[in-house]
Amino acid sequence: MTLMTKFLGAAAGIALSAGAAFADPALIFDLGGKFDKSFNEAAFNGAQRWAEETGGSFLEIELQSEAQREQALRRFAEAGANPVITTGFAFADPVSVVAPDYPDTKFINIDGWMPEVPANVQLIGFQEHQGSYLVGMMAAMASKTGTVGFIGGMDIPLIRHFGCGFAQGVKAVNPDAKVIANMTGTTPTAWNDPVKGSELTKAQISQGADVVYAAAGGTGVGVLQTAADEGILSIGVDSNQNHLHSGKVLTSMLKRVDVAVYDSMTAGAAMETGGFTTLGLAEEGVGYALDEHNAALVSADMKAAVDAAREKIIAGDLEVVAYYANDSCPVLDF
Amino acid sequence: MDYMTLLQVLDTTVRLAIPLLLACLAGLFSERAGIFDIGLEGKMLAAAFLSAAVAATSGSVWVGLLAGIGASVALSLIHGLASITFRGNQLISGVAINFLAAGMTVLIAQSWFQQGGRTPSLTGAARFNPLTLPFADSISEVPVIGPAYSELISGHALVVYIAFAIVPLSWWVLYRTRFGLRLRAVGENPAAVDTAGISVVGLRYAAVIICGVLCGIAGAYLSTALQAGFIKDMSAGRGFIALAALIFAKWRPWHAMYACLLFGLFQALELRPDIIERLIGIRVQSQLLSALPYIMTVVILAGLGGKAIPPRAGGEPYVKER
Repeated sequence: MTLMTKFLGAAAGIALSAGAAFADPALIFDLGGKFDKSFNEAAFNGAQRWAEETGGSFLEIELQSEAQREQALRRFAEAGANPVITTGFAFADPVSVVAPDYPDTKFINIDGWMPEVPANVQLIGFQEHQGSYLVGMMAAMASKTGTVGFIGGMDIPLIRHFGCGFAQGVKAVNPDAKVIANMTGTTPTAWNDPVKGSELTKAQISQGADVVYAAAGGTGVGVLQTAADEGILSIGVDSNQNHLHSGKVLTSMLKRVDVAVYDSMTAGAAMETGGFTTLGLAEEGVGYALDEHNAALVSADMKAAVDAAREKIIAGDLEVVAYYANDSCPVLDF
Repeated sequence: MDYMTLLQVLDTTVRLAIPLLLACLAGLFSERAGIFDIGLEGKMLAAAFLSAAVAATSGSVWVGLLAGIGASVALSLIHGLASITFRGNQLISGVAINFLAAGMTVLIAQSWFQQGGRTPSLTGAARFNPLTLPFADSISEVPVIGPAYSELISGHALVVYIAFAIVPLSWWVLYRTRFGLRLRAVGENPAAVDTAGISVVGLRYAAVIICGVLCGIAGAYLSTALQAGFIKDMSAGRGFIALAALIFAKWRPWHAMYACLLFGLFQALELRPDIIERLIGIRVQSQLLSALPYIMTVVILAGLGGKAIPPRAGGEPYVKER
């Protein structure tokens, strides 16, 4: 049965790809949803920028359930889309299953990891721990109580990776600082539960936190809202979220998913595949946001210290430990 | 654990229990009349969306609340039409309502506001702001009672007090009025009610409308009191936990309140792993706490701790003998 579908799928793929010489790229958004004001929205913005600049068009789909992953990949591959870009770590497995059936289609996955990368797959990753380290430093400098909070979305290694970098940044500035880390949940609903995000924020405030960093997709909207209501500072993630509560969001940890998507679409079918691309501080793949909404919150000292750390990390003089290195964090217990 | 921490946990418990309580009472009315309703989740979601959307455009949370109730009652009527008038399967109709709400809310929100399936952030009078009860500030210095009054009892949104008032009201309506007796009878033996010359269809429609109103308040509380706007799927399974609480409470109003407060306490404790660790000395996985409501419901359903018997005519469309 599986073999049969594979043959049929492959046959259909060959038949269709022949007629799709000038293929449109396709973009598949993960369960957080296209407009999560965060990760997926950044991907969409990158695609939108590409479409506006080149006048091209792209195919897109927003997933509604886990079961649709493989189906959506096959649908786009068979429709002749090239490259097929997927956002989110959860796409790694379906991509590794589907990619060998469509050797002429390039698959790109952002955030995923697979032990062996097929020849037509490219994985793009970000050094989130480096960006999180910088905002962690800022949090520690802005905190008056010496306690800061981290609120993650779904409890997965990637989100721990964010939290771990953040905690290292905090400890670098103030070794006595306390970092409270909470995860919203263990299922995908954890990305869209702002009510729980709010309550976690209140719980952290009652433990003394006065700066909270949310890496939680749509749940983060609740975190930022409550932080603003309760008069503490918050830190956004992925997209620049400073404008959501002007003057109350300390900064945002930028993850330039938009750049990754834009570059992939620009490269198009000629994209080099078969390996990993890692975007860190040096490539401006991650960073912190500074604009008119948080200018008053970021002091000159703060900026100087963070920029100095940034230079050191790029030069290799300062190493931020990745959670993935041995699946644990030296300064934070999850 | 010191006293203030205890109060903070209980405070969180109350906030998290309220949407469960309202949805649970909604389900209580519907199921007592013999209409199973697994569409509580969808109705809450639709109400959360429309109340936030209307509150954002009108600037008044009260207009928003009415709109939210309207959305929820409209979905209730669809459920009623399918399962009472056309005698369809109540479970399937409920599932359909959940899907309908999940899709339509985001679609309409995107077309109205172009903010990616969200509503604009609400501020000021467009939100239910916390109420400070009289003397809350002046007696907060009194030991024990003072902080309990000012932290725990005072400082909630108006909806919270309304929800607690609905509990005795529901009990009174169900057990002390003629309407309540008939409503319960129609869920146990509709043929007997029909023989007495009372409209089964009318009573069941009344029940689903009450269910819609209560779900509407629950949804509005989510988006205009706990949050400042609608976000897709923000009900996050609370309608299903409310159903579990309903079974746990064996379809009784006071017990529904206890069950919802208990489930709310689990959710509140899940947010404070540090407290549990200090209390019992070991680290408990937060997943265990979030699964507890379901585990306890299964235990109750298995017949431990007394039998849970649903209304006898529940789930069956009533067909008049000819």
